[in-house]
Amino acid sequence: MAPVTTGPIDVEALRKDFPLLSRTVHDRPVVYLDSAATSLQPRSVLAAMDHYYETTHANVHRGVYATAEEATRLYELARRAAGRFVGAPDPDHEVVFTKNATEALNLVAHSWGRTNLKTGDVVLLTEMEHHANIVPWLMLAEERGIELRYLPVGDDGRLDLTDLDRLLDGVKLVGVSAMSNVLGTINPLADIAVAAHERGALVVADGAQSVPHLPVDVRSLGVDFLAFSGHKMMGPTGIGVLWGRAELLDAMPPFLGGGGMILDVRTDRFVPADVPHRFEAGTPPIAEAVGLTAAVEYLEQVGMERIRAHESALTGYALDAIASRLGGDCRVFGPTSVDGRGGVLSLAYRDVHAHDLAQVLDQYGVCVRAGHHCAKPLMRRLGVSATARASIGPYNDEGDIDTLIEGLAEAGRLFG
Amino acid sequence: MSDLEDLYREIILDHYRSPRNRGELPSPPAHRVEGFNPLCGDEVVVTMVVEDDRLADIKIGGTGCSISQSSASLMSGAVKGKTLPEVRELVRTFKSMMSIHEASLEGEVPDELLNPAELGELAALQGVVKFPVRIKCATLSWNALVQGLEELAQATP
Ligand SMILES: Cc1ncc(COP(=O)(O)O)c(C=O)c1O
Repeated sequence: MAPVTTGPIDVEALRKDFPLLSRTVHDRPVVYLDSAATSLQPRSVLAAMDHYYETTHANVHRGVYATAEEATRLYELARRAAGRFVGAPDPDHEVVFTKNATEALNLVAHSWGRTNLKTGDVVLLTEMEHHANIVPWLMLAEERGIELRYLPVGDDGRLDLTDLDRLLDGVKLVGVSAMSNVLGTINPLADIAVAAHERGALVVADGAQSVPHLPVDVRSLGVDFLAFSGHKMMGPTGIGVLWGRAELLDAMPPFLGGGGMILDVRTDRFVPADVPHRFEAGTPPIAEAVGLTAAVEYLEQVGMERIRAHESALTGYALDAIASRLGGDCRVFGPTSVDGRGGVLSLAYRDVHAHDLAQVLDQYGVCVRAGHHCAKPLMRRLGVSATARASIGPYNDEGDIDTLIEGLAEAGRLFG
Repeated sequence: MSDLEDLYREIILDHYRSPRNRGELPSPPAHRVEGFNPLCGDEVVVTMVVEDDRLADIKIGGTGCSISQSSASLMSGAVKGKTLPEVRELVRTFKSMMSIHEASLEGEVPDELLNPAELGELAALQGVVKFPVRIKCATLSWNALVQGLEELAQATP
C-alpha cells in the first residue's frame, strides 16, 4: 500500500495488499462483497502471523526463556493496539481477549449479568440486534427471570427513540449494536448512553460492525462495554475483544475457569487473577493477537476517517446505481441516505428468494450473504424471511457494485 | 452458466412459479409438521392424511427459495396417493441422490445417479448436488414428510 495518508484511498493500490482478491471463481475475478460476515486479510497480517510462528512461538505468561518472554510481550502489545484503536484510556486493564464478539457479549451477560441482575430487572435491547446480543440475555432471562425489552426500529430503518425514556424505566443495562449488520444503520450510541446513564443503567455496545468501518472512540461514545471481532477488521478468526471500564471489570467474577486466570488454587478454593487475565482462561489466541496488531496497524495506516469516507461514497454510488438501473425491482432495506449509514446493503429483488439471488451472483464471482443474518427478530420486523446482503469494505470499488447489479439483473431474467 | 442452468432446470422453475398441492389441510384430522432451515430462514409446513396405509392427501405451505419450494412441490406430486412403502422407497432413492456428494466430499461429484428412472421428474433436482449448501434446501420438505410419517407410525400402534 502506497504510504499516502491524506485524500481519498487509492483503492487500486490497496487491493494489491489482499491476496484473495487475485483469485478467480467460475472463471471470473472474485468480487468480495461480504465484509460484514468477515473481512479479507492484507498480506501484512498473514506475514505477521507466519513470522510469529516461525521465530517466536511459545506459551504466554508461563516460560522465562527468551521466546516465551517475546511471545508474552507481543500478546500484551496486541492488547494495547486493540485498546488504542477504540480509544481505550487504559488498555492494560480494560481490554479482554475473547474468541470473538459473541464470546465478549456472553462474558458480559454471564459475569456482569449474573452478579448484577435479579428477577424483575430489565435489560433493554433493540429490534436490530444480532443474535449474539439477544440470546445471551434470553438465556439469563430463562435462568433468573429478568425482563427483556426492545427499542423499536422505525420504517426508515433507524431506531425509534420516541419512547426511550419510558422504555428505560427499571432498566439496568442497555444492549445496542453500534451499526446494524443488516441495515447498515449507525445508531446514536452517545445519546443512548447519556439517557441510560441518567437512569442509572449501563450500556454494552456491539461494535462488531462499527469498529472495522468507522472511527470509534469509547470515551466520546460514553459506553461501558464494547465488543468486537478481529476477523471483521482484517485480522484473523479466533480472536475478539471485550473492552470494559476498568472499575466494572474489576468488580466482575471470572467467566471461564482454568489456567492463566488464577492467583492461587487450593483443593477447595481459588483466588482469581486480576483483570484482564481473570477473564482469559487457558492458552489464549497468541498468533491471532499478533495478527490483530498487524490489522490495527494496517487500518491505522490507511486511516479510519478515509475508510469511512470511501465506504460512504461507495454506498452512495450503490444506492444510486441500484435505484437508477434496477428501479422499483430492487429494494434496499435500511436508511435511504448515507448519513448515519454504513456500507451494508440488504437487498430484495422482485420476489426472487435471497438464496437464489446469491446463487446467481456466485456465477459472477460475487460473494454476498443470503439469509437472516443472525437477526431473526429484525427480519420479522421487516416482514421478510431472508435478504441477500452485499457489504462493502475498503477494498471494494465501483466496478464491484456494477458487477453486483449485472448479476441481480440476470437473476431477474432467470426467474422473471 | 451451465452449472446454473443445470441447477435451475425448466421443471424446477415451473414448480417454483406454480407450485402444486399448495396450502394447508385442516389439522386435525390432517397431521401437520413444520420444518426449518436455520441457515436461511426457510420454513415449510407439510400437512398430510394417511388412510389405509396410503398417503391419501398432502399439502405444502411455508416460504423458501426456488429449490426448497420446487422440491416440495415435486415431492407432493410424487408421493400423493402412494402406499406408505412406496413413499418410503421414493424417499430413500431421493435421499441417496442428494447424498451422492457426501460420499465424495473429497473428490469430484459423480454425474450419474444409479437409477434416476425411478425418480421421474424429481431427477431434475440432480443439479443440486453440485451446490452442497443447497442440498439442505432440497431436502427440507422431505425431512418434514419423514418426520410426519414417523410420528403417525408411533401414534398408531
Ligand atoms: C452486529 C454483529 N454482532 C455480533 C456478531 C458476531 O460476531 P462473531 O461471529 O465474530 O462473534 C456479528 C457478526 O456476525 C455482527 O454482525
